[in-house]
Amino acid sequence: MAAQSIRSARRAEAARDRARRRDLILGGGRGPRIAAMSALAALAALWLAPMVWALITSFKTEGDAVALPPALVPESGFTLEQYRGLFAAGNIQMWMFNSLVIAVLVTLFTIAVAAPAAFAMSRMDFRGRTALTAFTVAAIVVPPQLLIVPLFRQMVWLDLVDTHPAVILPQLVAPVIVFVLKRFFDAVPRELDEAARMDGASYGRLFVSVIMPLSRPILAAASIFVFITAWNNYLWPFIVTTDPALMTLPVGVPNILDSYGTFYASQLAASMVAAAPMVIVFMLFQRQIVDSVATTGLGGR
Amino acid sequence: MSAPAGAPARPRAEGGPPPGLPGAVRRLWRRSADSPAPFLLPFLLVYTLFLVWPLLSGLWMSFTDIALNGAGGAFVGAENYAEALGDPLVWRTLGNTVLFTLLTTVPLVVIALAMAVLVQTGLPGQWLWRLSFFLPFLLPVATVVLVWNFLYVEDFGLLNQALGLFGAEGLGWLTDESTAMWSVVLTTVWWTVGFNFLLYLAALQSIPGHLYEAAALDGAGAWARLRHVTLPQLRGTTAVVLLLQVLASLKVFDQIYLLTGGGPGEATRSLLLYIYDVGFTGYRFGYGAAVSYLFLALVLGVAALQLWISARRKG
Repeated sequence: MAAQSIRSARRAEAARDRARRRDLILGGGRGPRIAAMSALAALAALWLAPMVWALITSFKTEGDAVALPPALVPESGFTLEQYRGLFAAGNIQMWMFNSLVIAVLVTLFTIAVAAPAAFAMSRMDFRGRTALTAFTVAAIVVPPQLLIVPLFRQMVWLDLVDTHPAVILPQLVAPVIVFVLKRFFDAVPRELDEAARMDGASYGRLFVSVIMPLSRPILAAASIFVFITAWNNYLWPFIVTTDPALMTLPVGVPNILDSYGTFYASQLAASMVAAAPMVIVFMLFQRQIVDSVATTGLGGR
Repeated sequence: MSAPAGAPARPRAEGGPPPGLPGAVRRLWRRSADSPAPFLLPFLLVYTLFLVWPLLSGLWMSFTDIALNGAGGAFVGAENYAEALGDPLVWRTLGNTVLFTLLTTVPLVVIALAMAVLVQTGLPGQWLWRLSFFLPFLLPVATVVLVWNFLYVEDFGLLNQALGLFGAEGLGWLTDESTAMWSVVLTTVWWTVGFNFLLYLAALQSIPGHLYEAAALDGAGAWARLRHVTLPQLRGTTAVVLLLQVLASLKVFDQIYLLTGGGPGEATRSLLLYIYDVGFTGYRFGYGAAVSYLFLALVLGVAALQLWISARRKG
């Protein structure tokens, strides 16, 4: 009960904040408010329409999908036929599983590599610290897509082509994440370190028991950013996997294009299945996703 | 916690060396506890193997005639670079890439800014606006391409049907050389505007409210507040968004490869697509690497230019 009233009080406060902001930005008059609302609605409709149309079509028969003129409600009614066919074929579940495993491993390893390095660059004294930080910043500018040719040769040489390690390993290079974490650690007050060091804590202890717990929000934001990037990564997984059993969702789904010919309804059903996990992630973590883009995107400033 | 009298000045590190070890081992243990090596080792290993090494080996490859299967590899000097500079396809695809970058950057900044400013006004429906504008950015490229392919179909696609309602003739969205690039741009803007939108939204939320209060006291209307408070406060963010957008647009590959494959003709083929074709379809790794390094020079040039401009503005 108490929790509930706190929550409703918070909600009321947020609503008041929004109303005050609205009055401050738009003024008290109705004109600007109506204009802004109409513009928002028009933009949102334009942006949602392609997805909504694809979603509707994915529930049609192939005949209704290409009917002229296009109808919102198909002649022979809505059907789950396309989805049934898709899951019966079995590939899409496999690709989703691959995507999930790869994205989770990339996220865990990327943070595991980046966080201690960022901590050392932020907190420890060693020769070459400035040079290492400069190298990290410079690496942000190098487009990973440019390394595909030598990276592929490297994977051939290591005999890793068509394996998941080959998909995962090059994606662990994420200098933006190191840089963003370092900037966050830099802002943690030094007095905390000194107090911990006085108590005899080692740097390892300081990192694990002081810095990491304080950095939970930024770690969550960075993880989500890495996860989305890894989940949607196309070019590198596409180059390094040819075995359909090892493909990720973005690489596998376009293959349906070939094997199904031009059956639009089933293609769109496949594209909806491919989109579903990210839509769910967004619904669950809207706040953190917004923060992750805000913090990692501005990391280059 | 005061140390008992007579205790050593430096308290024994928690989790320090267990007693009973030889002195040398204990000293090594203690020193290693303060060493950055364990923190940096994974980073150095991963970045050396998957960033530095490919950068260097790619540079070496660009001076050889190595093929996809590893055949060849003889040193050919600057031959690849000379060939690339005289290759009409390098110039054509570079032109396409620059055109794509120009055509996408303007709407991706302007529309994102408009979306963020409108959402920031605090009108009802926040959740829906954010979802509508940002959701496409979360979609895998496969979904984006399949959805837009369906909209672009000439006879029954929604876009040509809509044009028909206005009595306009249908377009060959992806099949006509003069419209294909515009179609790729349209899809890209729809797909990626959400990222810039969020960057702007975050920046807007950090504009202090008292600036608006002061403007209101001065009698500034909604429009004047936008022009004299909001937009000037966003200048720094716009610089960042522009830089990120130009760098991202120059790297375009996925949606073009899947939507048009670079066609019709060479109308939409980007430089990265050409590098992929040369290396993986044409089997000429060395040449592909050389074109890659010319591209890297271009990207570094753009980044340096941007840094120089922003440094000058500050100074």
